[in-house]
Amino acid sequence: MKLLSQVFAISVVSLRTIPQRMGSSAAAAFGISGVVAVMVGVLSIGEGFRQTMTTSGSDDSVLVMRSGADSEMTSGLSLDETRVIADSPMIISLAEQKAVSAELFVIVNLPKRGTGTDANVPLRGVQDGSVSVRPGFELVSGRLFEPGRNEVIVGAGAAREFSSLNLGDSFSIGQNDWEVVGIFTSGGGVAESEIWTDASILQSAYRRGSGFQSVRLRLSDGEEATFQAFKDSLTSDPRLNVKVIRQSEYYSEQSALVTNLITVLGGLIAFLMGLGATFGALNTMYSSVSNRTLEIATLRALGFGAAPVVVSVLVESLVLSLVGGAIGGGFAYFAFDGFQTATMNWQSFSQVTFAFNVTLGLLVQGVVYATLIGLVGGCFPAWRAARLPISVALRAA
Amino acid sequence: MSENNSGTVSLRAVCKNFRRGSEEIQVLHTLDFEVQAGEFVALMGPSGSGKSTLLNLIGGLDRPSSGTVEVSGEPIDRLSDSRLAGWRARHIGFVFQFYNLMPTLSADRNIDLPLLLTPLSKAQRREHVSTALSVVGMEHRAKHYPRQLSGGEQQRIGIARAIVTDPSLLLCDEPTGDLDRKSGDDILELLSALNREQGKTIIMVTHDPHAAAKASRVIYLNKGQLSTEPEE
Ligand SMILES: Nc1ncnc2c1ncn2[C@@H]1O[C@H](COP(=O)(O)OP(=O)(O)O)[C@@H](O)[C@H]1O
Ligand SMILES: [Mg+2]
Repeated sequence: MKLLSQVFAISVVSLRTIPQRMGSSAAAAFGISGVVAVMVGVLSIGEGFRQTMTTSGSDDSVLVMRSGADSEMTSGLSLDETRVIADSPMIISLAEQKAVSAELFVIVNLPKRGTGTDANVPLRGVQDGSVSVRPGFELVSGRLFEPGRNEVIVGAGAAREFSSLNLGDSFSIGQNDWEVVGIFTSGGGVAESEIWTDASILQSAYRRGSGFQSVRLRLSDGEEATFQAFKDSLTSDPRLNVKVIRQSEYYSEQSALVTNLITVLGGLIAFLMGLGATFGALNTMYSSVSNRTLEIATLRALGFGAAPVVVSVLVESLVLSLVGGAIGGGFAYFAFDGFQTATMNWQSFSQVTFAFNVTLGLLVQGVVYATLIGLVGGCFPAWRAARLPISVALRAA
Repeated sequence: MSENNSGTVSLRAVCKNFRRGSEEIQVLHTLDFEVQAGEFVALMGPSGSGKSTLLNLIGGLDRPSSGTVEVSGEPIDRLSDSRLAGWRARHIGFVFQFYNLMPTLSADRNIDLPLLLTPLSKAQRREHVSTALSVVGMEHRAKHYPRQLSGGEQQRIGIARAIVTDPSLLLCDEPTGDLDRKSGDDILELLSALNREQGKTIIMVTHDPHAAAKASRVIYLNKGQLSTEPEE
C-alpha cells in the first residue's frame, strides 16, 4: 500500500531512539569512520604515488633505452647511438632548439632533513633539450646550470627532502663539489625528486666516458600513429639496437609495483578492519532491535508489515554507517590530503617525493564501503526483527 | 460499520498449543466463543489461563493450532501474514496494559500512526487525529510526549490510537491493570461510552471484578475452556 510512508514512519520512530542508545550507536559509527579513514588514507598514498609517476610524461614525450633494458638503470647508449636518435626528423623543435636530451644518471647519497640519515637521490646529467622534453618544467628560483661547470639545479621535492639542497648550498660527493644554482618543478612529476647537472660534467666526474643511458625527446603530437612511425624508424635502423617507449608508459610501469603493493595492502587492511566494524554494526543493530522489540511488535500489531520493519532497521544501520563514513572520509581528507612524503622508487632505488592524494573517487569508495558494512551489519538484525512473532514480542514487555 | 456482522467474533473448536522445550502445553482446548456486534464482553480468569492468547487469536496476532477464527464474518486464520497485517489495520483496535506508545513520538503522532496505513490525505489524517483526541478528552495534550503524561492520560492516548481508524472491534488486554482506581474508572467509563455511543464491540481482559461489572457480559477462562461462572 503506502510502503514508503510506512517505512518513513517506522524509520523516524527508530532513528529518534538513537539518542537513547547513543553509546553503542556512536561506537558503531566511530568504528566505521576508523575503517574509512584508514582505507582512504592508505589508498591515497598509492593514488598520490601513481599521480606523481604518471604526470611525469605526456603522450608526445618518448624515452629511448637500449633494447632489453627495463629501466634507465640497466640501459646504456653510446654517443653515436644518441646522435643517430637525435637526428630523427620526427623530433620537434621548440624555441629553435630540438626537443631531445641524451641523459645519464648516478645515484648519490645525501643526508635527509629531519633525521639526518642518508638516502639515495638520482643525480642526472642532462642536455639542453631536457627542459622541453619534460612537460610542465618550471624554474621556480635561481637559474639553470651553466654547461661545463659543477653546478646543479634541484627538483623541489628533493630540495624539501634533503638538507643542503637549498638554493646557494654546496655539497660534495667523493672528490666533486656541487653548487645549487636553481630549484625547479615539473608539474609534480618524478623529475622533482632529482638533481640535474650538465651531462658532460657528470660523464667526466663519474668516468662514464662519452656513454649515456637514455634519450628523451618529444614528437610533434601524441597520436599513436606518430609514435608507431617513430618507433619503427628507430627499431628498423641497423645502426641502433634500442627500445622505444612513451615516458608516461615507462613511469606507470615503474609505479605499478609500488601502487599495486599499496592498493593490495590498503585493501587488505580495510577488509580486516571492515570485518571488525561489521561486527560492531551487527552488535549495535541487534541491541537496537532488541531494545525496540516491544515498539516493533506494537507497530506490527497496528498493521505495519514486516517489510517496512526490515527496511527501517536497514535505514538506521545505513544512517550510522554513512555518518561514520562521512566522518572517516572527512578526517582522511583533512589529515592526509596533500601530505608530503617520500618513498623508494624500487626501479632506481632512490627517493621519490609525492603527496597523499585523497581523490573524490577514493572518498566515494570509502563511503560505498561504509554503506556495505552498514548493510551487512543491519541485515541479520533486520531479519530477526521481522521474524519475531508478534504475540511473543508483545509478551516481552 | 457497513456490514451488519461487522464487529462479530466467532471461534469454533479452537485449540492453541505452545511448545516449551520438548513439552507441548495445551492452553486452549477445543474452545467455542461467540460475540455479537455491539457487545461489551469482559474476559476473566486466573493468570496464565490463556486470556491474552485468546485475545491474540481474535486480533490476528497469532494463529490457532486448530479450529477456525471468524471476525466480522471473515475467516482470518486463512489470511497470509501480510494480508492479516492489513486486515488488523482496518478492523481491530488494540489497547494494551502498558499503553505501548512510541516514547519518541508526541501524542498526536502516536495516534496518527495507524492512519499511515490508510489512503487518507494529510489533512484528513489531521482531522481524524483531532476527532480521536476529543473523544478521549485529550486535545490539550496533543503535543505532549508519553513520558510527560500520567498513566491514565497515556491510556487515553492508547485508546485514541485504537479508535482513530474507526474499527468495529476493540481488543483491550487489562487496560486498567496498571492504573489506580480513579484513573481506571475513567478509562472504563470511556470504553463504556465508546460501546454505548459508537456501537464498538469490545472484548476486555481484566482481573478486576469491579471493572468486569462495567461489561454487558462476563465470561471466565479456566483450564482452556470458557464458562459463564468463575471456577473454584
Ligand atoms: N509464545 C508462547 N510460547 C510458549 N508459551 C506461551 C506463549 N504464549 C503464552 N504461553 C503460555 O500460555 C499460557 C497462557 O498465557 P497467556 O495467554 O499470556 O495467559 P494470561 O493472559 O491469561 O495470563 C501461559 O502458561 C504462558 O506461559
Ligand atoms: Mg495476559
